[in-house]
Amino acid sequence: MIEIEGIERFYQVGDQQVRALDGVHLRIEDAEYVSLMGPSGSGKSTLLHILGLLDRPTRGHYRIDGRDATSLNEEELARTRRERIGFVFQFFHLVPYLSALENVELPLILSGTPSAERRERAKAALARIGMAPRIDHLPDQLSGGQRQRVAIARALVTHPAVLLADEPTGNLDRRSGDEVIELLEELNADGITLVIVTHDFDLGSRAQRRIRLADGKIVSDERSEK
Amino acid sequence: MSAVDSLTFVGRVLLRHPLRTSLLLLAVGMGVASVVVLTSLGESARRYVTEEFSSMGTHLLVVTPGRNETSGVGPSMFMGSTPRDLTLGDAMALRRSSAVKSVSPMVIGEASLSHGGRVRQAPAIGATAELLRLRHWKMRRGRFLPAGDLDRAPSVVVLGEKVRKELFGAEPALGGFVRLGDRRFRVIGILQTEGRSLGLDVDELVVLPVARAMEAFNTSSLFRIMVEARSRNALDRAAEDTRLTLKDRHQGEEDVTIVRQDAMVQTFDRVLRALTFTVGGIASVSLLVAGVLLMNVMLVSVSQRTAEIGLLKAIGASGNRILFLFLLESGGLGLLGALLGLAFGMVSNLAIGYFVPMLTLRPPIWAIVVAPTFSVVAGIVFGLIPARRAAALDPVDALAGR
Repeated sequence: MIEIEGIERFYQVGDQQVRALDGVHLRIEDAEYVSLMGPSGSGKSTLLHILGLLDRPTRGHYRIDGRDATSLNEEELARTRRERIGFVFQFFHLVPYLSALENVELPLILSGTPSAERRERAKAALARIGMAPRIDHLPDQLSGGQRQRVAIARALVTHPAVLLADEPTGNLDRRSGDEVIELLEELNADGITLVIVTHDFDLGSRAQRRIRLADGKIVSDERSEK
Repeated sequence: MSAVDSLTFVGRVLLRHPLRTSLLLLAVGMGVASVVVLTSLGESARRYVTEEFSSMGTHLLVVTPGRNETSGVGPSMFMGSTPRDLTLGDAMALRRSSAVKSVSPMVIGEASLSHGGRVRQAPAIGATAELLRLRHWKMRRGRFLPAGDLDRAPSVVVLGEKVRKELFGAEPALGGFVRLGDRRFRVIGILQTEGRSLGLDVDELVVLPVARAMEAFNTSSLFRIMVEARSRNALDRAAEDTRLTLKDRHQGEEDVTIVRQDAMVQTFDRVLRALTFTVGGIASVSLLVAGVLLMNVMLVSVSQRTAEIGLLKAIGASGNRILFLFLLESGGLGLLGALLGLAFGMVSNLAIGYFVPMLTLRPPIWAIVVAPTFSVVAGIVFGLIPARRAAALDPVDALAGR
């Protein structure tokens, strides 16, 4: 469960203060499927970064699994990111000189998992997303959709509770995009919490819970039954 | 992240940029190699000189004419007095001390020898029977100078092998005669070849009794007297006796210099050791330059790998982990460069030793320890700024390519 209370995030740009987030309250239950939508500059990406512990709020509280994340030190933040959170980015961010398998192994290397176990889990994660035949390919030998699937396998391999996706289809053609979304939704159906940031209305409206932001504030929060 | 994984990670980064990596290794390696080679040269010079001197025995005094004032301005500077000669009589008088085992007066000069139609210039030493033992020379054939009265020494000569060959060729030399000045000298021995001895090539040497040599060179002063004490403990007494005897014989003036062989060895040792440290220090400047180069290249590498660093942070690497990986990279470059440099330095030493067999180049132990340590430390210190920059990258900005 993720819970944020009165989150504010201000940036100083020149002598002007930009209020990227201005008092956001939000509670996301386990296994929810949430989309964050809004125009650029509405604060949706900042909110996702704060949820993913990549950014710290200027004010407010953030609890993940009942722990107050705002009081964690840098080392504990890194561990929580490693163990609880999976990221999927618009531009994939695969390491270009590592094979698909090695890219997926990367989070397990950082967590110090022994290499035999690491290899097994990475292979299993790639098999789960249908990339088993291409584990030895380098990223530039894969299509965009395949790259994003490898990136999803990398996010999955640590068995995180939450999957955060920032415009996961923004850099893909329609068909690959649909495949990636279907994959993410399958994972959600298996019990992972899924938060997707998008400005694509069609994509956003597939989520059971749709949150719209504008000017750093939540302006609507709709739910529909599964 | 396990140690093996960290090393693998850094190893892959280094292998991915072979040119960059090999140039950095070359820079560090040349720095270490220059420290190794230069300190080896200094060290081998030190060993060579001290061994040469020690081989002559450590309970030896060397008496030379003239007083060396090393402690400021002496009256003789203003009086303009020339030192008295150090004579054969002085040498004989020194024998009377009970602390003295032997006295070996010497003159040196250039002699023109002839035999048959052949003429040959050679450095000549006027000496006594003791010189053979003091210098650790050996005879190839015949005998060395006979012991006995210094004044009434016979006209005999001992030749180096090369001199013999040039004067006598295939003729038997022993028992033959050479002309030196206006006298005939009988050849009684040939010296064994054994390389150089304190800058003199034994093969090109001519040795004759000191009294005969003084006549031949037309001089009344000795070049030096080597006084051998009975033991190490008797050295102080021998030095004092020598000083008093010569003062007495020189009308109360102390106009000779008496140097203890062991003090001389120590001085040489100290001077050459200091020299070795100095050249080592100068050479390590090149290591510093390599360090600055390393820092520059690492900074470029951090900005090129911004997105990768951001990703590592997003998937759970802490800033300290990133810092560690970058320091491992720069320190590892320092270590590999040092190993390369040590190997290169050793090979250079062997090469120099091959072309100059007189020198066996061996680096001092401290240089082998200090140079690689210094290069690893330099790698880490100069890697610190780039590594901290990488560790401090904001993951959100880094992923956005900002």
